[in-house]
Amino acid sequence: MEGQELPYVLVDCIGGKHGVYEDHVEFLEKHFRLITMKEYLENKKFLSEKIRAVYMWYHKPVINKELLQSLPNLKIVASSGVGIDHLDLNLLSSYGVKLSNTPFVVSTDSADLGVALMLASSRRLVEGHQMAVSPDTEYFPADWLGAELSGATLGIVGMGTIGYKVAERAKAFEMKILYHNRNQRNKEEESAVGAIYCKKIDDLLHQSDFVLLSVNLTPQTHKLIGKRELELMKPTATLINISRGLVVDQDALVEALQNKVIKAAALDVTYPEPLPRDHPLLKLKNVIITPHIGSATKKTRRLMMENMVESIQAGLTGLPIPNEVSL
Amino acid sequence: MFRSKAFSLLKPIPWVPGQPNLAYTFIHPATASHGHRCHRRSVDYRQRYRTCSGSAGGRIISAPQTKVMAEEELPGVLILDIGGTHGVLEDLAALLKKHFRLITMKEFLENKKEMSTKIQSVFVFECRPTIDQELLESLPNLKVIGNSGVGVDHLDLKMISNFGVKVTNTPHAVADPTADIGVALMLASARRLVEGCQIAVSPDTKYFAVDWLGVEVTRATLGIIGMGSIGYKVAQRARAFDMRILYHNRNRRRKEEEEAVGARYCEKMADLLQQSDFVMVVVNLTPETRKLIGKKELGLMKPTATLINISRGAVIDQDALVEALQNKVIRAAAVDVTYPEPLPRDHPLLKLNNIIITPHIGTATVQAMRMMAEEAIANILAVLNGQPIPSEVFPK
Repeated sequence: MEGQELPYVLVDCIGGKHGVYEDHVEFLEKHFRLITMKEYLENKKFLSEKIRAVYMWYHKPVINKELLQSLPNLKIVASSGVGIDHLDLNLLSSYGVKLSNTPFVVSTDSADLGVALMLASSRRLVEGHQMAVSPDTEYFPADWLGAELSGATLGIVGMGTIGYKVAERAKAFEMKILYHNRNQRNKEEESAVGAIYCKKIDDLLHQSDFVLLSVNLTPQTHKLIGKRELELMKPTATLINISRGLVVDQDALVEALQNKVIKAAALDVTYPEPLPRDHPLLKLKNVIITPHIGSATKKTRRLMMENMVESIQAGLTGLPIPNEVSL
Repeated sequence: MFRSKAFSLLKPIPWVPGQPNLAYTFIHPATASHGHRCHRRSVDYRQRYRTCSGSAGGRIISAPQTKVMAEEELPGVLILDIGGTHGVLEDLAALLKKHFRLITMKEFLENKKEMSTKIQSVFVFECRPTIDQELLESLPNLKVIGNSGVGVDHLDLKMISNFGVKVTNTPHAVADPTADIGVALMLASARRLVEGCQIAVSPDTKYFAVDWLGVEVTRATLGIIGMGSIGYKVAQRARAFDMRILYHNRNRRRKEEEEAVGARYCEKMADLLQQSDFVMVVVNLTPETRKLIGKKELGLMKPTATLINISRGAVIDQDALVEALQNKVIRAAAVDVTYPEPLPRDHPLLKLNNIIITPHIGTATVQAMRMMAEEAIANILAVLNGQPIPSEVFPK
């Protein structure tokens, strides 16, 4: 490879709150010549022809028509994470640009977080911690109680890779598991986790003590859980969302929580992120919100980066692209 | 350490005139957890059910076919209070009243002469009432201290034994919910859940930083110190997260038990400490386990490791823990127990941001409270009726 230049890959920026991780740069620079948006804009004429891939880290840089038009040799966009709802697939397709994501590497962390939220919500962990450290606490009251997972029913909406891993974990807590999915899983998969298929989502909603959403966001799943679905849930049930904020009708959720139509919610995702600071969800006592940390671990982010490098390399050499998203 | 006898199902015993409710049956956790779809909450103590022989599911429902005893004839059981900040929960008091005449401390103190001979048992709930020499001396007919919960470190077993009084605890009811809290704390700490919630709702938050990271639980190494009932249930749960499980215990478990959860025995605790990403302490508090985890042990842990305590606060040298957390000798801690509870409001542990503290909620669920009361009732009745006692605790 002597004398050959490394491929030019566009990134938004390095370091800071939104940029490519500084400790990933060494690895990336073994394979690519990284060009930041700043460098690109300062030297568009020269760089626009050179850039053959975009390394999209947490939705940046934004891919729009203007950018695609000015990068004539762009072959592939590698997007971090599994969700692709932030991308205009038709637009990419129309410019003949390929797309990859990082589906499998995020699945265990996301499943772990789903279970973490379910446990934290049912045992009132965040409230408990606040009580333990509050300057006003004089004693721990005896009548302060949560609910157990053991023997409770978990309804998983979306039994893909992540949903299935949630089921594997929930089984160890002796939960009864129901699931709703576009397609039924095969018998071995179902019996391995003791999961019962609910063809109708209503059946799942009626019976579940915990409803966990692990679908991707598509036009079909937009506002999948609205007022009607919330009312079908038990008044003692908890909604857990590790999908995308838009899978839930947020206004309906606020109302349901305020009126105790359901007991509680635990959300890793909202729309938008973050929520406006005066949003009613931030004020409700029966809601836990985490800042979209489903895949936020050191190891997983490193694996994501490595996967993206692989995808870009394959895309540039015309080989089959790992984790390609068909457009 | 305390020896506790665990008996499986008590056989129903026919009602004998003049005796209070008998025939307490109880689901042994071994039956419940070996895949039988035997629901933990299926024990029913209401008198109207018939006794039935154990089915494949191992469910047995108690049946005393007794007449409803007049309240005064029921054995007297002393409790601190009903309701209020530290009293027995109202629902639990209702359960107790089916079998016992409840006498509150207030009632006892107001009428010691009459009450003192009636009291055959004390139901200790959340460590109250305190059992001291004075109380024991004033209860000549006391037979048993029925503790709600498994820990008995708040009871002077030797002193109580010297009065010829038995002590019972509730090991079966506490195991699942306590194991759940252990895993909940491990996950919450690893993924920085409490901090994350604070960021999500803080008025100052303008965006979510992408470089804000926690550590993985799946495939990490969990070291369990104390592999009793609770520790083993933690291992069962951790296995579902594909964790590599090490354990340290006074005695090694049987091979089948180890294989069932994929746990590897570490004869030396130091080996476990050096290899673990998460160290969970699940021992009971005894003179031998006091300050089991001190400066030395914390120093042996990885700097990226998390310490989880669901035992008793005194098992950890708290000052050493403060120092270790402040100096990043370990990454973080998550504790359901401290010494004392609650901590003084100016305690350094309350100011650190790499510790989660929960207010001793290992059994703070509706179901666990009920099951502990039921288990305590079964134990007390067994003592009073001269039957085999499911969970007696002996001084060393």
